Amino acid sequence: MDRLALDVAHLLAGGLVLVSFMLLYQDRMFGLINIFALHALVVSLSVAWQAHIQSAPHLYITAAIALVVKALIIPVALHHIVVRLGIHRAIETVVGIGQTMLAGIGLVALSILVMLPISAEAGTLTREDLAFSLSVILLGLLMMISRRNAVSQVIGFMSIENGLILAATAAKGMPLVVEISVAFSIILALTVIGIFLFRIRERFDTMDIHALDRSRGGQQ
Amino acid sequence: MTEYGPLLPGVILLVPAASAALLALLRDHRLAGQLNALASFATFLVSTSLFFTRPEPGPYLIVDDVNVVFIVLTTFVAFTTSVFSASYIAHELESGRLAPTYLRFYHAMYQMLMFAMNLALLSNNVGLMWVAIELATLTTVLMVGLYRTPAALEAAWKYFILGSVGIALALFGTILVYLAARSAVGEGLDAMAWNVLVREAPRFDPHLLNLAFAFLLLGYGTKVGLVPLHAWLPDAHAEGPTPISAVLSGLLLNVALFAVLRFKMVMSANPGALAPGPLMVSLGLVSVLFASFMLYRRFDIKRMFAYSSIEHMGIITFAFGMGGPLANFAGLLHMIYHSLTKSAIFFAVGHIAQIKGTQRMADIRGLTVSHPLLGWGLVLGVMTILGLPPTGIFMSEFLIITSTFARAPALAIALGLGLLVTLGALLARLNGLAFGEPHGTDAPSRASYVPLFAHLVLVLAAGIYIPPALVAWFQYVAGLLG
Repeated sequence: MDRLALDVAHLLAGGLVLVSFMLLYQDRMFGLINIFALHALVVSLSVAWQAHIQSAPHLYITAAIALVVKALIIPVALHHIVVRLGIHRAIETVVGIGQTMLAGIGLVALSILVMLPISAEAGTLTREDLAFSLSVILLGLLMMISRRNAVSQVIGFMSIENGLILAATAAKGMPLVVEISVAFSIILALTVIGIFLFRIRERFDTMDIHALDRSRGGQQ
Repeated sequence: MTEYGPLLPGVILLVPAASAALLALLRDHRLAGQLNALASFATFLVSTSLFFTRPEPGPYLIVDDVNVVFIVLTTFVAFTTSVFSASYIAHELESGRLAPTYLRFYHAMYQMLMFAMNLALLSNNVGLMWVAIELATLTTVLMVGLYRTPAALEAAWKYFILGSVGIALALFGTILVYLAARSAVGEGLDAMAWNVLVREAPRFDPHLLNLAFAFLLLGYGTKVGLVPLHAWLPDAHAEGPTPISAVLSGLLLNVALFAVLRFKMVMSANPGALAPGPLMVSLGLVSVLFASFMLYRRFDIKRMFAYSSIEHMGIITFAFGMGGPLANFAGLLHMIYHSLTKSAIFFAVGHIAQIKGTQRMADIRGLTVSHPLLGWGLVLGVMTILGLPPTGIFMSEFLIITSTFARAPALAIALGLGLLVTLGALLARLNGLAFGEPHGTDAPSRASYVPLFAHLVLVLAAGIYIPPALVAWFQYVAGLLG
């Protein structure tokens, strides 16, 4: 494979991991949303580049969906929700930023250790992209468990989906059904999330997940 | 019949999809309930015809010996639940717990869920199956939050977050399976088709398969409700409308388990890959033991039976994990009996909670005195789910334990311990619920008893006699499961 093609793909996938780390240390709501838009932009560029080097034009659709929906519509909508509902602009974390970053580095090391030897047959590009995408997925999970409020959990979840798209495009020749479905499911998921965000606001004065825990009913 | 054969899977999907659209528009709730039941019945009828005609597998849909059992069970329970749902919903509307606007949404979502589950079972493509299970998750999330009480919202949110993470892990596993298949099968749809995957599995890269299965088991295992990934399950069962609890326990958990089973077949066809059995056995056993002890500290009736579902999914996963013709056969039977019995229990519980106006067990007493039919229905259901002879569940549990005893006595003893602990917990609770002085409000019940007793009679009868042809067929399917 062309050396340049490989390097650019590598750069973009690596960039995605880097942006995942940036998501981890955000302590302002708007900062978090903006960085998520960047995350989606990088994933869309990465997918577009894959479409180019694999000569798989249908992947451009996936890239376009990522760009329009996740880099534009969702961040704008989230901005809107945060302003409209007057959600606290500061993000509470469960664990300190320092420890979270260290744990994140550990997760990236883990995913490289797991993926690189296993997928040796699959070709250099696929192999490295898979390692990166597993890192993004694990970092997203880390973000979901280290944040308390609903918006950052949702953003953590969407960054996981970005990692999955990277993996799906890296698996060369994977039928279109999956890419479209991933994008489609995100739209679906968002409508659900939207409904829930509004409903949560309707019933509680805070979007803090812990407020939900207080009201857990029926157990005792 | 045969000339229409290839169209059947399409019809099984089209009927729920079209009715979902229709029900979303229909304002009259009484009519909507009837239409819901009618559509479910039509789907069930069409699905039984799959016994007689077997369309050729296409690139997206497949009907084979493994999924026919699941499809017929799913459509049958979906039909009986829709009958129960009609009377349940009418009561909810009268008592004002549900607004009529939500009802259109509820019925449309019910059929949407049926569509998603049937698609997951019929799909011949690992990606398509993933999409279907995701769709099923989303529809159930919406239904769990239907009452919009804080507790219902919490349950739905928790379910949504945990379910989505599970489904995300499963997608990563699915991508890895495609990669493993790609080097052997080549690019394109074939590398995602079940029939091709199972046939070509011996040539796949075993390391990739191992990693894929780890993700798939964790991902779909979340949806099965295996401990320690079960946290969403009791809340979702307790806070949603009871017909949805019945469908969740009776059907959706099975569909997720079906996905695990399909991948297990691929794994066991590859000689170099990790044996999937021990992983499933340990997850199953942990679920049984954990759930059986948790049953002692339950105060909410629906939550209690949700823990019982975790226990039974554990038993089924354990049986399929042990593998071999006998354990698989017992696992299949147990899955069918559990679906029928647990949904029957939820039918009874739904009406009981409506009559008493509460789900707290401390406020429900002496049901056999105040509402004999409902009370004895519950007693019968709990006796059946506990696996007392001569019910079908007794037979399947007996088969699981004896077949395990021959191969790994320690595991059989641990499983038996879990079953005994459960027996103690549920009997103690049942005593309070069903017998003694009646307590609490004493509204007359207008329950629909037919679905409840139809399920229980089926399970009872199956404990005494199963037609030999059916036994032979189940044994054949059990052999396929490896």
